[in-house]
Amino acid sequence: MSITRVRRALVLGATVALLAACGGQGGAGSDEDAEAGGDVTLTWWHNGNNDPLLSYWQGVADDFEAENEGVTIEVEAIQNEDLRTRTQVALQSNDPPDVLPQWGGGELADQVEAGALMDLTDKIPDTIEALGGSAGGWQTEGKTYGVPYSLGVGGFWYNKALFDQAGIAEPPATMDEWFEAVEKLKAVDVAPVAVGAGDKWPAGWYYYYAATRTCAPETLETAQLEYDFTDPCFIEAGELVQQIVDAEPFNEGFLATPAQTGATSSAGLVGNGLAAMELMGHWNPSVMADLTPSKEGLGDDLGWFPFPEVEGGEGNASAMGGGDGFSCAAGAPDICAEFLAFIVNEDNQRGFGATGAGLPTLPAATDSVEDPNMQTLLAARDEAEYVQLYLDVTYGPNVGGALNDEVSLLFADQSDPQGIVDAMTEAAEAR
Amino acid sequence: MSSAADPGTGDLRPSAGPGTAAVPVLPEAPAGRADARPAVPRAAGRRGAASAWRARFEIAVLVVPALALFVLFALVPMVQAIYYSLYRWNGLGPLDEFVGAENYRTALTDEVFLSAIGHNFTLVVLSLAIQLPLGLGVALLLNRPLRGRTALRLMIFVPYVLAEVVAGVIWLLMLQPRGVVDAILQTFGLGWAQQLWLGDQRIALYTLFVVLTWKYIGFAIILFLAGLQGVSPDLSEAAALDGASWWQTQRRITIPLLGPTIRIWAFLSMIGSLQLFDMVWILTKGGPGNATQTMATYLIQQGFDRGRLGYGTAAAVILFVISLVVALLYQRFVLSIDTADERAATRKGR
Repeated sequence: MSITRVRRALVLGATVALLAACGGQGGAGSDEDAEAGGDVTLTWWHNGNNDPLLSYWQGVADDFEAENEGVTIEVEAIQNEDLRTRTQVALQSNDPPDVLPQWGGGELADQVEAGALMDLTDKIPDTIEALGGSAGGWQTEGKTYGVPYSLGVGGFWYNKALFDQAGIAEPPATMDEWFEAVEKLKAVDVAPVAVGAGDKWPAGWYYYYAATRTCAPETLETAQLEYDFTDPCFIEAGELVQQIVDAEPFNEGFLATPAQTGATSSAGLVGNGLAAMELMGHWNPSVMADLTPSKEGLGDDLGWFPFPEVEGGEGNASAMGGGDGFSCAAGAPDICAEFLAFIVNEDNQRGFGATGAGLPTLPAATDSVEDPNMQTLLAARDEAEYVQLYLDVTYGPNVGGALNDEVSLLFADQSDPQGIVDAMTEAAEAR
Repeated sequence: MSSAADPGTGDLRPSAGPGTAAVPVLPEAPAGRADARPAVPRAAGRRGAASAWRARFEIAVLVVPALALFVLFALVPMVQAIYYSLYRWNGLGPLDEFVGAENYRTALTDEVFLSAIGHNFTLVVLSLAIQLPLGLGVALLLNRPLRGRTALRLMIFVPYVLAEVVAGVIWLLMLQPRGVVDAILQTFGLGWAQQLWLGDQRIALYTLFVVLTWKYIGFAIILFLAGLQGVSPDLSEAAALDGASWWQTQRRITIPLLGPTIRIWAFLSMIGSLQLFDMVWILTKGGPGNATQTMATYLIQQGFDRGRLGYGTAAAVILFVISLVVALLYQRFVLSIDTADERAATRKGR
């Protein structure tokens, strides 16, 4: 239809191929700068492109520069989805950032296998010990390759005022109560649930949470090590998702709704009082607030409850969450590891907790969290018998991506519970 | 687009030779050009060996930089792409898992990819069937003396000039449930026509096509208007004297003379539809439920989001081959109409 588009598509193709061409050459170079003595520059990519995190991270970088003479930190704050793509691409080039975002799980394992990350095990042992179990998702084969600064659990964020209006006294604790709540909300003409199925992973989340309830923790552990999805609990999880979709609780046009961009995204709908709840992670309050005209969000009307229990589910005492952390690129200067330790030292973890943008991982700093909702989340995290990392993160981009794709097809009435299990198994075989 | 090859003479006169397929050629032209040909070899002979070397030098200076860039940024990546497509590779680490044609087999049996190819061809057909008559009609109307013609032309061309991403985001916002489009329908009493424009799997592709038409019709119109400049007003005057109506004049004289321009536009439109990426990415990301997936969005999703670079590259190679085959067939069977005169002229000249 146009020359521009032809050309752009060609350029795109060429770029893809060129980026690919740059792969496999490994990173080197910045080490030499460090050994030359004196000045070292660390490049740092993070996803705190909005306040409070934007200024908070800048403060951390400034403090570290002040404490370590000759160290310069070049901070680049990038929007979350862009950051994921750019990090992926940068790791294939021979010039990745020194400090890069790390979500752990299967993706970390892939990057470790490719030799892209620095082994932190012997460099900052005290920090790793202080973090304890929280660091588990950032370890593979007994070695630590990343440091989490925030670990939260997901659940339903809801609008208390709308729940009141619909006559729902208590947040639902079981799936039966949840379905009842959906009907009550429909009765007062409120969209019960917002979901950003256009981005696929928010649809996938329903399956993750269903599986965390229907599957025993041991089953999930085996599944992530061996990609074994033969346990019937994986089908049961799909059936629960099917049941949820069949109850039609979602906002109008949910198949095309994005999760976090614009006021008509799922977070925007809840934040602006146009939908009653959303299954989302611990970061949601700040995202929602940012999408409202006042930048304040729902304020005191915002509440949180964990994914309801499933009758007979073997995972009712589990929680699922995920966190944010940082890794050092394999070729980064040694001081990079010290910077990671600095990010999660007690002072900085307290400071981070006070921003309300996440849940500190350092046990000594958890009392810094003031927000009542975040305190509820923290309690849910710490009381859970087992905390499963988000399944798409755990299974890595390919199997996790296949899972998200197939669940969103189920949302679109084009797949079924068996289809989800098949898609994961197939992707695991082609890994 | 035209057969620029003029073997044998080594002549560099800028004014001679074909290469003007997009400009309508009046029937007398080929004969005149053919007459001019025999003069060429004689001229070269007189200038002698020194100037022949000079000519070669000029060719080298002019062609080498462009050729180098083409090789570096087009040919090398293409060859590399074919190479990567034979491996199972997640983009990280060494290329060591050779799988041969497996990626191609997987792609060509994958329902989602096959449906993406189907969507691309649906858009090709829709573009030709709807944008062509629409663009042609508007161009013919705008070619008549009309009050405010310049302003109209400008307005029609604005969407084309607008950056694709900007246009996409504007439409994305307008097409939201209870968005501007729905509000407009409501105002005109057409509330029943409201749809989940981008959220309904049955209509998302057509919504996308409407946005694409809005965006690119201006390009077609401008191209046709340029072509109409080359149609001599004398012809329509003569037709009018013979009693032809405006409509008859357009059908029998203007449109046939506009043929080469239409054929070039159709070519660009087809290739554009096959390689469509950006508007889809902004409006739907290939959803809902893969209803608007195109080959390009599919290969990006598989390659980057799923970390299957080898497989994504195989899909890219398939897209390339499909585009190439379509382009070659079109050249052979359609664009050849425009170059036939020139080929005949060349033959006669020798």
